[in-house]
Amino acid sequence: MDKEAGQKTVLDFLKKKSKSKSKFYLKDFNALFPEDKPRVVKNLVNQMVQEEILEYWSSGSTTLYGKKGAGKQAAAEHED
Amino acid sequence: MAKHATPLLDQLESGPWPSFVSDLKQEAESRAKNEKGVEHQIPQDVCEDILGILELSYKHGRTHWKHGGIVGVFGYGGGVIGRYCDQPEMFPGVAHFHTLRINQPGGKFYNTKFLRQLCDLWDFRGSGMTNMHGSTGDIVLLGTTTPQLEEIFHTITHDMNQDLGGSGSNLRTPSDCIGQARCEYACYDTQDLCYALTMEYQDELHRPAFPYKFKFKFDGCPNCCVASIARSDMSFIGTWKDDIRIDKKAVAAYVGGEIPPNAGAHSGRDWGKFDIVKEVINLCPTKCMSYEGGKLSINNRECTRCMHCINVMPQALRIGNEKGVSILVGAKAPILDGAQMGSLLVPFVKVEEPYDKIKEVIEAIWDWWMEEGKNRERLGELIKRQGFQKLLEATGIKAIPQHVKEPRTNPYIFWKEDEVKGGWDRDINEFRKHHQR
Ligand code: HEM
Ligand code: HEM
Ligand code: SF4
Ligand code: SF4
Repeated sequence: MDKEAGQKTVLDFLKKKSKSKSKFYLKDFNALFPEDKPRVVKNLVNQMVQEEILEYWSSGSTTLYGKKGAGKQAAAEHED
Repeated sequence: MAKHATPLLDQLESGPWPSFVSDLKQEAESRAKNEKGVEHQIPQDVCEDILGILELSYKHGRTHWKHGGIVGVFGYGGGVIGRYCDQPEMFPGVAHFHTLRINQPGGKFYNTKFLRQLCDLWDFRGSGMTNMHGSTGDIVLLGTTTPQLEEIFHTITHDMNQDLGGSGSNLRTPSDCIGQARCEYACYDTQDLCYALTMEYQDELHRPAFPYKFKFKFDGCPNCCVASIARSDMSFIGTWKDDIRIDKKAVAAYVGGEIPPNAGAHSGRDWGKFDIVKEVINLCPTKCMSYEGGKLSINNRECTRCMHCINVMPQALRIGNEKGVSILVGAKAPILDGAQMGSLLVPFVKVEEPYDKIKEVIEAIWDWWMEEGKNRERLGELIKRQGFQKLLEATGIKAIPQHVKEPRTNPYIFWKEDEVKGGWDRDINEFRKHHQR
């Protein structure tokens, strides 16, 4: 997979959804890349976290991904 | 005088058992006195406030904790569990009360230096409260604030040569029994396999890759001291293929009362004279043992390696020489569809470095589960939903009698296209030669 094109696909998807949702399962990203193995998609989004484009949100048992700073959590907990 | 009155919690201290309430009060007092002059990095009265918020929850009959958060150390998707309370004005000491999971050492072997370092770190940068250990196996450090996380991570990794554990949709911290380090029952080196797989799958441990949590646990024998069969998506249980080794002289010594049964574990009470027939032969689950004319014999073909006879007479009976591991899959706790124990997938595989045969099975399972598993679906649930047969296909393992749990309850057999000669395609003209319209 081309890294830049992949990142763009992810960001476009997040932008499209930004009105209704700010956090997503890894599987939601798999659906954007039907040609690629889940492992490849996992590497793409985890790389985007390393580059601080995305961030993890974890309940403790489940991990979700979102655009860094998007959504209510950071502000609500006075962590921004 | 305590900061908050806690009449409901106080009641918990009245029973015969040690109470976490007493522990919290003790730590609250020790932090208040601060005899060592620790420069507490989080509120000194954190333990008072944890007691206060818990009392309030008991009073209201509902929790005052929110769920989850964007906390973690840079580059890691697991190991820190964000917790915030919804009454920060009333209980500022626990406004942030994040938990850290720290990878426990193999077999949970510690030296006192490490434990002191851990306690000092946690008095300094956390609440002082720990849980040794969480059910996953980790060292659990309870209660700290977001600005402390990177500092703690630095100390743990640089000064203590330890790492964060797993949480979230990750490989959780693998855990193992003490195995060959101390235990003669161990059929393989649990600590080596556990460590090797922990190192091999660092990425899966620290960076979320899965639909949900995934656990490995390693037991050296079917006694299952880390309860892998009940608590891990993939459970590695030591076993042997050949015969149980019998020392006839020692059998006679047990029968004669010279050696106490169960290595003396039940000697706190007089259970009467040891009765080998009643206590061993008749309790063998597969009835494959006999004791006649002073001679103990075992029909090893029927032995399920339950460990009972060996546990009772450890000096007389020993595990076989041809040792390996059984791999079971799909155990889980009761959140959805009830609790489930592991199902046998690989009856026997030799445990040999670099463990490639074992890694092959693991990776085939992950590929299948990552592809087919729904969000928050454990491996055991996927196996139930799609069938054990699908798991066999995904791992390329041939069905064997040990995979059969019960006689079939469904009379239909559905052939797959590749199992039928020529597949589904037929030459219609060839067919019409023999069958009119
Ligand atoms: C290889 C040949 C055939 C096979 C494998 C076969 C199989 C079956 C099966 C499994 C059923 C039960 C379906 C159900 O209970 O849901 C059935 C029903 C039936 N079959 Fe056949 N059959 C064959 C040939 C024939 C022929 C040649 C006739 C008549 C000339 C026939 C007439 C019927 C009838 C009347 C029913 C009952 C339908 C109903 O109760 O709704 N079958 N067949
Ligand atoms: C290899 C050949 C055949 C097979 C494997 C077969 C199989 C079956 C099966 C599985 C049933 C359903 C039984 C049940 O569960 O109630 C059935 C019913 C039936 N078969 Fe066949 N069948 C064959 C040939 C035929 C032929 C050649 C005829 C007629 C010319 C026929 C007529 C029927 C009828 C009328 C029934 C319904 C009986 C009932 O409902 O009580 N079958 N068959
Ligand atoms: S599981 Fe077996 S090998 Fe491991 S410590 Fe327990 S008895 Fe010993
Ligand atoms: S290990 Fe269990 S099944 Fe095997 S001989 Fe002993 S009691 Fe019987």
